[in-house]
Amino acid sequence: MNGGNGIAIDVKGLSKSFGGREVVHDLSMQVRRGSIYGFLGPNGSGKTTTIRILCGLLTPDSGEGTCLGYDIRRDAEKIKRQVGYMTQRFSLYQDLSVRENLEFVARLYGLADARGAARDMVKRLGLSGREEQLAGELSGGWKQRLALGACTLPNPQLLLLDEPTAGVDPKARRDFWNEIHALAAEGLTVLVSTHYMDEAERCHEIAYIAYGHLLANGTVDEVIAKSALTTYTVTGEDLNALAAELIGKAGIDMVAPFGSSLHVSGRDVAALETSIGPWRERSGLHWQKSHPSLEDVFIELMNRSRDNFQ
Amino acid sequence: MSTIQATGPERGIRDRFGFWRRTYAMMAKEFIQLRRDRVSFAMMVAIPVMQLLLFGYAINTTPHHLPSAVLIQEESDLARSVLKALENTAYFRFVYEVHDVDDFDNLLKSGKVLFGVEIPRGFERAVRRGDKPALLVAADATDPVAASAALGSLGMLVQTALQHDLYIGDAPALPFEIRAHARYNPAAESRLNIVPGLVGTILTMTMLIFTALSVTREIERGTMESLLSMPIKPVEVMLGKIIPYILVGFIQAFLIVNIGVFLFGVPVLGNLLLLAALSTLFIAANLAIGYTFSTIAQNQLQAIQMSFMFFLPSILLSGFMFPFAGMPVWAQYVGECLPLTHYLRIVRAIMLKGATMQNLHFDTLALAALMLLAMTIAVTRFRRTLD
Repeated sequence: MNGGNGIAIDVKGLSKSFGGREVVHDLSMQVRRGSIYGFLGPNGSGKTTTIRILCGLLTPDSGEGTCLGYDIRRDAEKIKRQVGYMTQRFSLYQDLSVRENLEFVARLYGLADARGAARDMVKRLGLSGREEQLAGELSGGWKQRLALGACTLPNPQLLLLDEPTAGVDPKARRDFWNEIHALAAEGLTVLVSTHYMDEAERCHEIAYIAYGHLLANGTVDEVIAKSALTTYTVTGEDLNALAAELIGKAGIDMVAPFGSSLHVSGRDVAALETSIGPWRERSGLHWQKSHPSLEDVFIELMNRSRDNFQ
Repeated sequence: MSTIQATGPERGIRDRFGFWRRTYAMMAKEFIQLRRDRVSFAMMVAIPVMQLLLFGYAINTTPHHLPSAVLIQEESDLARSVLKALENTAYFRFVYEVHDVDDFDNLLKSGKVLFGVEIPRGFERAVRRGDKPALLVAADATDPVAASAALGSLGMLVQTALQHDLYIGDAPALPFEIRAHARYNPAAESRLNIVPGLVGTILTMTMLIFTALSVTREIERGTMESLLSMPIKPVEVMLGKIIPYILVGFIQAFLIVNIGVFLFGVPVLGNLLLLAALSTLFIAANLAIGYTFSTIAQNQLQAIQMSFMFFLPSILLSGFMFPFAGMPVWAQYVGECLPLTHYLRIVRAIMLKGATMQNLHFDTLALAALMLLAMTIAVTRFRRTLD
């Protein structure tokens, strides 16, 4: 394989501005071959821009690196042959049928038997019998599956998926992720951006990016550990009022409701415990020291980065 | 916790001027959007002003200084005087002087000149003898408008111009006869001119729009992003988008020509295969230009506006509506840049004059050149990235 060093994506110091606004700032990352790498961050954080740089759709203002061993600046054409890119917005032809869309992609990549490849993919996707249906008439979940099928048709080594499950129901989301894991097991590298925490937890490694800065990366456990966040879970009555009282107290960096409980988190354990002291004894409230969830960590990172970069 | 508060009763809904407030809201929104779409806004101002100035100055239905050729079979002072007199009528401008009948016919057939004056052998001697020899003035009457004014006033004007001429003296009548010959369309039927012209005009309109929307449509539907991420080259995208429409254009051309022949009785004197081949070239040129607009425009509306900006001069400055030769020189240069100008000469020449490839080198090359130019611009303009 190209590169042969077990690294699929290796970029350093990527920056990109649009109209004077820096969308990606000094971003460096490494993605191992065969891994599922999750890309998380708020809207407008530069996830899509980074993905576009990786597949040669955008040229970085500065920075360098390789994608599948090819230089991202010079070898964009070679990268395109080996990469499947699934855009955020459905980008197959709505007025072509399932089969026609797949055959179009197969022909563009020069597959020897375009019809055969499309037929096999229809079978793999479970769309047999619906080959002649127009892509635009498929439901959201099927559209995403078809788009994924189109990306994987030319046997790429790397998949770049930009929020592939946005607006898709939970069952379709689960099927989609099972497919991604199956592909990774076959040796494909997958970089996927998402807003969903449960999806992040299904990744081998994750990176959190906000305002163009990569703020944290590693496995889910590593990211949580590195956050040095302490979280108390409170259950009881009238948590809304409690939340209002707690917000802004020294040492309390974040208060967030989770269903019938409240997460109170802070980076400075001592300060946090001092601040919550008066409420811990209140009757009807049950306080429990727990691990922060990935969501706690991300929201805290986001709040902090807003202070730093905005 | 919640920061979103329901609208209180004091801020409730007043519905007294509901109609006007909602109309105003819509109007204000439209104005803002209009202002943000700079290109459309500029076009709204530029199109009428530019087009009015351009066409107001360029269009002239009683053209003067029409390109003419002279076939000289006798060198004599009298012949020179007559030519000078013809030029003095301000209708003729002699741009070619030939000594061979074939060259003479070729100039008329190819449309390089609208008039040909033939000075026969022994002209001066015959005049002196009082034989009243004939001076042949052949006109390309495919476009009756261009030829008629000049032909109509020929006799009177020449006589006035020659009145004080050394050789003629103050004779009461011309000592020679002017024999006008309206070639190709002797009955001056305008449909013979218009129908072939319509072939080109209709093709321009339909072909431009087909491809002008092709790239912008991909961008607006979001399919361009994934197309760009796949291994396809700009030339391949372009040819893949143009070629299917060549077939469509060909069918259109076939229909129009057939209707012209069978319904309007327009002849096809020349070779049908040549007409088909050059029509295909013209169709491809228009598709290439439409495609170029598509790579420049940012959305489908702009693409349509650009096509329209191109279509209007094509109709007015190509010689379709008004005589090409009657336009000022600068307008003729503009006209030469339009494929329709060249195709009109080709289609009229083949259908009405029975012209062959030999007569049409220049216009064929011009069409090919315009097509290649448009394609080159399109390929370089095509953005391979989203930068």
